[in-house]
Amino acid sequence: MSRFEPLNAGNLRSDGRRPLELRSFSAELTTHPSADGSASVSHGLTQVTACVYGPREAKNRAQTMHDRALVNIEVEVAPWAGEVRRQRTKGDRRTAEFAASVKATFEPVIQTTLYPRSEIDIHIHVLQLDGGLLQAGINATTLALVDAGIPMLDYVSSLSAGLYHTTAMLDLTNLEESDLPSVTVAVLPRSGKVTLVSMETRLHVDRFEEMFKLAMEGGKVLRGEMDKVVRERTKVLARQMEGGAAQDEDRMETDDL
Amino acid sequence: MVEITIRKRQREEEIQPQKKFFRKTRKGRVIKVLRERYLRDDIGCGVRLCPICASPPFTGQSPSLPVQGTPHPSFPAGHHLLPDTNALLHQIDLFEHPSFQSSLILLQTVMDEVRHRSLPLYNRVRNLVRNADEWVKGGAWVFWNEFREETAVGRKEGESANDMNDRAIRTAAAWYASHIGLAHAASSPAPTVLLLTDDTASRQLASALSIPALSVRAYVAGLPNANELGDVLAAPGRVEDKEATERRAIYDEYLPAGTLDAGVAGGKLYEGRFNPNQYNYLEGFINSAALVRPILVIGRRDLNRAVAGDLVVVELYPESEWKAPGDEVVDQDLTLAADDADDSDGEEGGEAEHRLAAQEERDARDVGKRNPLEKHPTGRVVGIRKRNWRAYICHLDPSTLSSSATTSQSQQVVFATPVSPNLPRIRLRTRQAPQLVHQKIVVSIDKWDVDSRYPEGHFVRALGQVGSKEAEQESLLLEWEVPYRAFGRAILDCLPKEGDAWVVPPKTEDSIVWRDREDLREMIICSIDPPGCQDIDDALHARRLPNGNIEAGVHIADVSHFVLPDNAMDTEAAARGTTVYLVDKRIDMLPSLLGTNLCSLRAHVERLAFSVIWELTPEAKIINVRFTKSVIASKAAFTYKEAQTRKDNLALTDPVSESIRLLNALAKKLRAARMAAGALNLASPEVRIQMESPESSDPVDVEQKEQLETNSLVEEFMLLANISVAAKIQETFPQTAVLRRHQPPPASNFELLEDVLLKRKGMKLDISSSGALANSLDTCVIADEPDFNILVRIMATRCMRPAEYFCAGSVSRETFGHYGLASPIYTHFTSPIRRFADVLVHRQLAAAINYTPLHASLHSRQHMERILNGVNRRHRMAQNASRASLEFFVAVALKGRAEREGAPAREKAFIIRAFRNGVAVFVSKLGLEGLVTFKREINFDPELYSVKVPSATGEVTLSVFDEVDVEISIEKDVNTQRGRVIE
Ligand SMILES: [Zn+2]
Repeated sequence: MSRFEPLNAGNLRSDGRRPLELRSFSAELTTHPSADGSASVSHGLTQVTACVYGPREAKNRAQTMHDRALVNIEVEVAPWAGEVRRQRTKGDRRTAEFAASVKATFEPVIQTTLYPRSEIDIHIHVLQLDGGLLQAGINATTLALVDAGIPMLDYVSSLSAGLYHTTAMLDLTNLEESDLPSVTVAVLPRSGKVTLVSMETRLHVDRFEEMFKLAMEGGKVLRGEMDKVVRERTKVLARQMEGGAAQDEDRMETDDL
Repeated sequence: MVEITIRKRQREEEIQPQKKFFRKTRKGRVIKVLRERYLRDDIGCGVRLCPICASPPFTGQSPSLPVQGTPHPSFPAGHHLLPDTNALLHQIDLFEHPSFQSSLILLQTVMDEVRHRSLPLYNRVRNLVRNADEWVKGGAWVFWNEFREETAVGRKEGESANDMNDRAIRTAAAWYASHIGLAHAASSPAPTVLLLTDDTASRQLASALSIPALSVRAYVAGLPNANELGDVLAAPGRVEDKEATERRAIYDEYLPAGTLDAGVAGGKLYEGRFNPNQYNYLEGFINSAALVRPILVIGRRDLNRAVAGDLVVVELYPESEWKAPGDEVVDQDLTLAADDADDSDGEEGGEAEHRLAAQEERDARDVGKRNPLEKHPTGRVVGIRKRNWRAYICHLDPSTLSSSATTSQSQQVVFATPVSPNLPRIRLRTRQAPQLVHQKIVVSIDKWDVDSRYPEGHFVRALGQVGSKEAEQESLLLEWEVPYRAFGRAILDCLPKEGDAWVVPPKTEDSIVWRDREDLREMIICSIDPPGCQDIDDALHARRLPNGNIEAGVHIADVSHFVLPDNAMDTEAAARGTTVYLVDKRIDMLPSLLGTNLCSLRAHVERLAFSVIWELTPEAKIINVRFTKSVIASKAAFTYKEAQTRKDNLALTDPVSESIRLLNALAKKLRAARMAAGALNLASPEVRIQMESPESSDPVDVEQKEQLETNSLVEEFMLLANISVAAKIQETFPQTAVLRRHQPPPASNFELLEDVLLKRKGMKLDISSSGALANSLDTCVIADEPDFNILVRIMATRCMRPAEYFCAGSVSRETFGHYGLASPIYTHFTSPIRRFADVLVHRQLAAAINYTPLHASLHSRQHMERILNGVNRRHRMAQNASRASLEFFVAVALKGRAEREGAPAREKAFIIRAFRNGVAVFVSKLGLEGLVTFKREINFDPELYSVKVPSATGEVTLSVFDEVDVEISIEKDVNTQRGRVIE
């Protein structure tokens, strides 16, 4: 009988977080050395890996564009990933929508015009799912693209937000997602531009604005974390290139990336 | 700007999610559930000014526990009380008691378990916390132990969930002791944190960790007010009851939960709510979704401790053993008079009951054979899915007090008899028996063991003298769970700050109130209501248009302008669901400033309204309809009678009278069209209590309500408005629109009524459609007996299902229909002051016409379903409470009449049911139902629904639908009125 209580009387969410706290976040670059770039990201129990192949010569002649690169997204959800234990197929509506959202997010950000007549393939593997699929997919893809050295206008960082009565909450778990109206926002933190808003439910415009702003702010916080990971990785690479010699750390500009 | 942070997971939980388990869904799919948990160091202990938890971030609660806890003779430095789950669940009445003053620490673990076990109890605990200052003088604090680093525990290998929770409780108790110790280091000695548990093993484990622990009884015994508090303690559990094991079982043990699950899933067992027979507490029905006819359960043994409202599991007997419901009125007061409360196995007691049961058994089969229509699938209760025990209003049975005990203050065991006749008597221990004898009291059931004939419970509180209006009123509010507390501060703060000085602001360009509102102040609008109506929520107008058509409008108080979604007032209104009308009191859904003032469409006052305006042809065909927020100024507030007079006096040609005539003409046509479509004209007993004077609440007499043309006028336009609005919101919000439906009754519901009508009166009911039913009801008339037709309609109404609110997206489109009104779609829009569903509908309609955006909560179907379920329940309860109140006042009025006239009241009545030892009668003039039982041997014919009674002049045959004179006597403190047939 016990009904799920998204926010208890002590202002705590069902997993012990406060409304504006994000879940434990970790990211790793070059998880799949066979790909041109790869990254694995986890938000709490949600774990997603993205692999980037390309830019490479387009296989599919029909879709080749002579002024820019074609971006392909492929999604694979491990059958054991989600709450519902079933095979997700490529034809699955939700998976297809997810792929389309990721594509729509990155097409305007990747400098595709630098690679005419080629294609960039992005494979997303969902290993474990506890809410925030879209944000994890986008964040992993960003890092994988960085890892592959594909030039982008800006980092894309993404975060979900939900609303319980009048309280906005960030980074929803599966349990929260299924009970609350929610949005996922993808932002270019440097410019503050928003590239994607995906909403599951209709919302009051005032409330939406509040949630939206918070998700953007949260996105910037995540971007800081992603930055660190990339810098660590760059340091390791630099050290490897310099034969392990110590490097002047101050030389790295935070905003180089 | 707000601070957004990322939580780091605890190291040991880095790899493994906190919880990972597989769950099987109802459809049999396996689901993997992942949960993680973030542990924190900012969970406060709740002690005021705690130096360690000095500046906790906002937590939603402010620390309320006194620094020194509360005084206790055994703990000189003071103490805080930390109850475990069972202590809290079973002794909630103790904690709620006004004289209970200890400071309470409620652990999250405990709260979660309570919620899992009983939602109503959980809500009571939450109220306890919310009102900590008001109720529990020592304060109450919820400690979120499962999220604090030091107190969170994880499941150990092989540990049961219960054991883990108990360990969590001990861990938290130990943490509290050391935390409070640290906080007190320099100053005074630290108060004790006392674990309260009735589990002996738990106390032993606690003492091993040097955590002070006591049983509830031992704890209360040490309090200065032990005598007073001792009474509200729940009956001792089995563990402490040594004798229990030696007693003989009277009932069968319930089957294990797994067996029940499998049985129900496999179609071998049936699940449903238990409904006792109102005439016989020893039998009842279970409505199972899997069977068309309700399942009959007869006899104490087969009922197996089921109490009204419990969700039970039944096993069916083979069809050869199916029976008919009893044809005897069984009154437990009479049959059990000799039963001794202290004699707990009840073996000797209930002699009369044994005899009865045996005869019942024989007869049930006999009746079943003779009248197969009455035969039901019959079974026995083999398990309880969920108890639905609540607080019951009772009186102490004086006969169960031993003569020496009537003055004694020593603890004794007595029977409490619930006022509701179909509940078992409750055995309880009290030291206050002599004081309670003539009081109405609230009693809770604690348990019902296999070796105890009766459930065991405890005294909660006394309401007052039996028969006193205050006690009766409060008891019926409690009995029907009507929330009647005064509106709290937070709720009143949601009202306009101008209070009753609030007026519609002047019409200006930039006025927010006037934005998108039509100015209808000049329109000739009037209201028509019952006399003395204070909450006028509707007004009407009609006028001829130049093109020969008629414009008609319904204007409803714009309640949603004042009641905003999701604030304290809205939440309270949703919880109340409806205003409850008692004969001499109204329990408002909204604060009276709104209901009887700002939202009441009084005459000559500017008020905000939500208007539905139609263009109709003179034949009442709708040309178009529009909806708009408006400002109106009603020109007159009529009673039905005044409006009728006005309409009938053709000399009056003022616009208001003309408008009423126009409305009336349209209403007649609308009604005719509705009837032609098959709408039912159903009846319910409508009586009115006449009061001596408007100020006093002493009823003088009872009269039947008069129905005027103008009643029907208002009704027709309200129906029309509701239907128009329903269509509009359904179209705009197909998922979440709030609608109301009335499902067609299953044919089997009518079988008995059809048979009786045919056999007794040669009348036929055609139930093939609502139209056919309406027509055949019209033919059920007896010359010179206008009441007979009303009676048949009342009985037909009882065969119907109740109407209900639902969410448009929750059921299939084909089942939207309203059977009684013969409308394909319907909702409630016209009474937002007194019904919460209407408030929701107003919000949806406002969004549908783009007046305001729809609030987020109204987009969630789950949320809407939750609210509507609550509103449906409240609605039922409110109706019951109103009826009970009416019955009480009718009884008082009759008593008064009898005293004035020096003889018991006599009325004409119809027999509506025959039993082996009596008949049930319906007094239509009073809207009362009563029982007439015969002490003499009578001859009962179940086939012909009649009894033959020997009398001075020979034998008299009494059959269903016969009219008889009854003498009505009122029994003190019994809900059913009993009478004596004179002839
Ligand atoms: Zn503290």
